[in-house]
Amino acid sequence: MDQYTLNLLVVGASFALYIGIAIWARAGSTSEFYAAGRGVHPVMNGMATGADWMSAASFISMAGLISAVGYDNSTYLMGWTGGYVLLAMLLAPYLRKFGKYTVPEFIGDRFYSNTARMVAVICLIVASVTYVIGQMTGVGVAFARFLEVDKATGLYIGATIVFMYAVLGGMKGITYTQVAQYCVLILAYSIPAIFISLQLTGVFLPQIGLFSEHTASAQPLLVKLDQIVTDLGFASYTGHHQSTLNMVLFTMSLMIGTAGLPHVIVRFFTVPKVADARFSAGWALVFIALLYTTAPAVGAMARLNLLNTISDNGAQADGITYEARPDWMKNWEVTGLLKFEDKNGDGRIQYYNDKSEAFKATAEANGWAGSELTVNNDIMVLANPEIANLPGWVVALVAAGGLAAALSTAAGLLLAISSAISHDVIKGSLNPGISEKGELLAARISMGVAIVVATYLGLNPPGFAAQTVALAFGIAAASLFPVLMMGIFSKRINNAGAVAGMLSGLIFTLVYIFVYKGWFFIPETNQLPDNAANWVFGISPLSIGTVGALVNFGAAYLVSSMTKEPPVEIQTLVESVRVPRGANKAVAH
Amino acid sequence: MTKGGQALSGEKSATAYWSANVRLILWNLVIWALVSFGFGIVLRPMLSGIAIGGTDLGFWFAQQGSIFVFLVQIFVYALMMNKLDAEYGVEE
Repeated sequence: MDQYTLNLLVVGASFALYIGIAIWARAGSTSEFYAAGRGVHPVMNGMATGADWMSAASFISMAGLISAVGYDNSTYLMGWTGGYVLLAMLLAPYLRKFGKYTVPEFIGDRFYSNTARMVAVICLIVASVTYVIGQMTGVGVAFARFLEVDKATGLYIGATIVFMYAVLGGMKGITYTQVAQYCVLILAYSIPAIFISLQLTGVFLPQIGLFSEHTASAQPLLVKLDQIVTDLGFASYTGHHQSTLNMVLFTMSLMIGTAGLPHVIVRFFTVPKVADARFSAGWALVFIALLYTTAPAVGAMARLNLLNTISDNGAQADGITYEARPDWMKNWEVTGLLKFEDKNGDGRIQYYNDKSEAFKATAEANGWAGSELTVNNDIMVLANPEIANLPGWVVALVAAGGLAAALSTAAGLLLAISSAISHDVIKGSLNPGISEKGELLAARISMGVAIVVATYLGLNPPGFAAQTVALAFGIAAASLFPVLMMGIFSKRINNAGAVAGMLSGLIFTLVYIFVYKGWFFIPETNQLPDNAANWVFGISPLSIGTVGALVNFGAAYLVSSMTKEPPVEIQTLVESVRVPRGANKAVAH
Repeated sequence: MTKGGQALSGEKSATAYWSANVRLILWNLVIWALVSFGFGIVLRPMLSGIAIGGTDLGFWFAQQGSIFVFLVQIFVYALMMNKLDAEYGVEE
């Protein structure tokens, strides 16, 4: 059987499974549509949260990001996991106790202000839409690479699948498909990683392999890697080369951004009890950690593999000839993710850091005229099975895994967006008298519209689509996380304080990002060049969410202390979310 | 809106439960920050003498160790809170 047929079979089987679940898990009420009837087992919810959280970026790009930079990009590993500690202790159990359906709804009720609720809806929509566009383009790319259809067709197929289970089943359908998607994506990620670890170090677990001996050179793997990359003029892999302040602030932005992302928070509304919400956050991190502790091993090993393949005679000698390149390089050249240009016309591949001044002399002495290979970071994961010579079904599994990662996150985001429209805007503001049946229909229509809009934006990605980390995490960190936390941990923060906090955090963060990235991300409209020399105190626009959160806390505190304290019933509400007893009952599935 | 405070014997007990929870959270946040921002980033040079698998302890904390600590933290917190809930009679 050829690779194409295998890919088609494996991806087709995974899609049939998702559709089967969609038919089985139809939603009959708004409680089922928004919160899966609050009957999801905490371990199941942990697994669903894992898939909900781990996007195309985690699955495809993260190992490559670490691979390219090494230690300094550990920020992604700590940032995207540390947020779960904050969720488990500062938000999830109390918001579950509050027992409503959406994040803006809590903000509106706690701060007794429809303005606060609408500001929260806007923050939610901007963050989630930015995020969802990345997933939709990811679906298109995965289809194009593995199933040889064009991006648009791939996107339509992906959107149709999501449409079926999200519109029919709402949160209930999404939850159980996410559980299945988690299983697909974790298998697809682990199997190639285990084989590569075995090949390079003889150790089964990549987590241990990373810190073991590289069999071929009888040196520790990381020592060998450091040696090869520095020989080629790159910065050392394990060394610390970027600003420490920026690393701290970026990690913090990712952590509080993670905790403040509505599509993650609402997953904890689906468990039966408050205690379950705490444990469920732990289970979510177990399932996330399986991938996140594998990723740095994949990154380091893939980089070592790649460099070893190209310069098999040692780093200072000439590279392999272009004619003798392995098959996987040929396959990936077709996709454009790998490019070779014979700059000095010697028919050999030279790959080194041509931006390093210190290395220039060595390169010239060797007769090299610039690095001849351009490698897209995403290859580190996508080409892994081929680099490790794994059988065709593993390649097919990676295709299904990438699609599962993108589709599961897209569905979670679309639910957050559509429930904000149907529950917060339609029922909360435009038509409060709407019946249960009417709201369920409105929720389904909102979901359908959200999918159509997301598909359109996936086909024609606007300028801001590439700024997920800055925009979605910046907004979640600077606007949503602080007010949610203050709403629970302070009785004194009032309506005016919350609105002031959210707006000042949001505006501060957006302006800082726009100044460097261009106003509304329109190219050439930035006031200052986006580099470390121009950043205020060296803080990158990607890390500014942390400062934005501080602005939010500060403004909310100041304005609240100058205005009237919240009414007694609000203080009672805060007291009630702080204790587990009395959360509303679960509905059995 | 259901009232969660009803089971408590009084205002004082609710306050005590909450401050016990907040204390627990603060301790956890100290550990959380120490392993990631501390050992993983700022204090890494101090730990550079401790070798582990071809690199130093700080690198391990940044790429793996902190995640393991986060995991243990959440489960320990959840267990301790179950105990605390029962102690104050606020469990479900």
